Amino acid sequence: MAGDEAWNEERAEAIIDARARQPGATLPILHDLQAAFGCVPAEAVPLVAKALNLTRAEVHGVVTFYHEFRRHKPGRHVLRLCRAEACQAMGADGLAAHAKSRLNVDWHETTADGAITLEPVFCLGLCAIGPAALLDGDPLGRLDPARLNAVLEPLS
Amino acid sequence: MTRIFVPKDAAALALGADAVAKALAPHATIVRTGSRGMFWLEPMIEVETDAGRIAYGPVSAADVPGLLAAGLLTGREHALRLGRPEEIPFLARQTRLTFARCGAIDPLSLDDYRKHGGLEGLEKARAMGRAETTDTVLKSGLRGRGGAGFPTGIKWQTTAGAAGDRKYIVCNADEGDSGTYADRMLMEGDPFCLIEGMAIAGFAVGATKGYVYTRSEYPHAIATFDAALAIARAAGLLGPAFDIEQRVGAGAYVCGEETALLESLEGRRGQVRAKPPLPAHKGLFGKPTVINNVITLASVPGILRLGHEPYQAAGYARSRGTMPIQLAGNVRHGGLFETGFGLTLGEIVNDIGGGTKSGRPVRAVQVGGPLGAYFPPALFDTPFDYEAFAAKDGLIGHGGVVVFDDTVDMAHQARFAMEFCAAESCGKCTPCRIGSVRGMETLDKILAGVAVDANIALIRDLCHTMKFGSLCALGGFIPYPVLSALEHFSEDFRRAAAA
Repeated sequence: MAGDEAWNEERAEAIIDARARQPGATLPILHDLQAAFGCVPAEAVPLVAKALNLTRAEVHGVVTFYHEFRRHKPGRHVLRLCRAEACQAMGADGLAAHAKSRLNVDWHETTADGAITLEPVFCLGLCAIGPAALLDGDPLGRLDPARLNAVLEPLS
Repeated sequence: MTRIFVPKDAAALALGADAVAKALAPHATIVRTGSRGMFWLEPMIEVETDAGRIAYGPVSAADVPGLLAAGLLTGREHALRLGRPEEIPFLARQTRLTFARCGAIDPLSLDDYRKHGGLEGLEKARAMGRAETTDTVLKSGLRGRGGAGFPTGIKWQTTAGAAGDRKYIVCNADEGDSGTYADRMLMEGDPFCLIEGMAIAGFAVGATKGYVYTRSEYPHAIATFDAALAIARAAGLLGPAFDIEQRVGAGAYVCGEETALLESLEGRRGQVRAKPPLPAHKGLFGKPTVINNVITLASVPGILRLGHEPYQAAGYARSRGTMPIQLAGNVRHGGLFETGFGLTLGEIVNDIGGGTKSGRPVRAVQVGGPLGAYFPPALFDTPFDYEAFAAKDGLIGHGGVVVFDDTVDMAHQARFAMEFCAAESCGKCTPCRIGSVRGMETLDKILAGVAVDANIALIRDLCHTMKFGSLCALGGFIPYPVLSALEHFSEDFRRAAAA
């Protein structure tokens, strides 16, 4: 799975270097770091700041502004459940409650065995086949507790 | 071998399209397409026969052996046979101008694109020159499809006339409104159309670089668009003086607001800028910038190809042309319905959408995403038109129509609107940053039955402050769902107090 590399300063420098001369490079760099390490490690923030001639506070501000950037490694799988209105109309609130109790986690938490991280998302553009989710980037539609159980069963 | 078209639109994938393609692969040549936009029939496959394409759906991988035995490859009868796709009533009733190719062609085949009228608009624009290109867009009456409905031609004229050593085209593909997926479908099903639209815009205003800002929640649209971009660039489609780059957002709803999007593209927190200056004068990196939604830009090639009249002829009052209406939520026939403006909301929900999927009565319809008003069936005579919706304290936004049945608790929906605003506020202006949190707390009191009348008065006052005091549409429009819920469904706000 992508994002499972351990922290490595040289690797981070190379990722940052590859993009640093692009205009407005902050987000592309943070995406690439997260793709490699699973999150934006705290150690990377000063490196990004130095490369882009920003303060560490500015980079920290960007990392924390965007919901997508994680500051800790997720579990082996990431389940992003849609919480927006179109999915609510099809029972997304109940499905979220089921997912939390089955996995015994709250939003942004990882199961005790390190298998699954549960994240909320506001809209996946799958609004005609809700409730919807992305599991490691693969779309799922018309979920209900039974179908979600079947999807999660082989993962833990 | 017979060709079978199998969608690879994200919604079709969510319903098992890959497994269907795999099961069919030994028996036919598989062509992956976008979606026709009838999601209750997905995965919908189409077989190429002597009598044209014949559609079947919804098909699961388990259906494939039976379909083959029944004579799928020659378009024979089967319980899942739908006939010619263009004769399916949901499609036959549409006016597909912008989405004419979506679902029909291989999205990454430039040959397919050309065979279906692609690139003719760009060639015409280059032949007629800059001023006349902008003039054609102006005369078509095209208004921004992202939600604000600003005349596109005026934006282009302003940018073309602004002084600057560099100019940019920015495409807003941060389609964050719940209930909308038109941008996603187009980028997955007909990406060259967006590329052509951007190339025309770049030519018209003299821009050298285009950026597409796509939300990260759309991994399939991102991949298809990047692949299309590489093909277009290699084919020299963009010309020597213009290039396009795709950038990916990071889960901030507010970045769909144009100035926050520009901040994000420049590498900062997605905080809204005060206007003026307008982006047309001082936009990306301080340079004159056209910023348009995906559907706006994708409408342009057709307008140039056919001239402004056919586009202008469709529509209603001051809303000219077609709109891809997106039916979503608890609806029987969920999907994309491109049509001229002017259908009533009731026709859209009941005749086209077929009512609720649950079979229960429709109670509320939210039009225009999380910032749009909740309309009760009593307002179903409202025509789908920018001004008509505004006159009833609503908005059409990006064209999403989310249907709820009678199990919905509208006080809970109002509370969610405030919660969403609190989570997504960029924090720059006080009414939105603080107001949304206070609104959530106050609605919690109402939901608990505490001093309901006084707290409702407080919510109305807070909404007034947010509407007129917020810097952008996030804080400014969140009052629409909250106040419409209060206005049309007041009984839900008093249930706890009565109990």
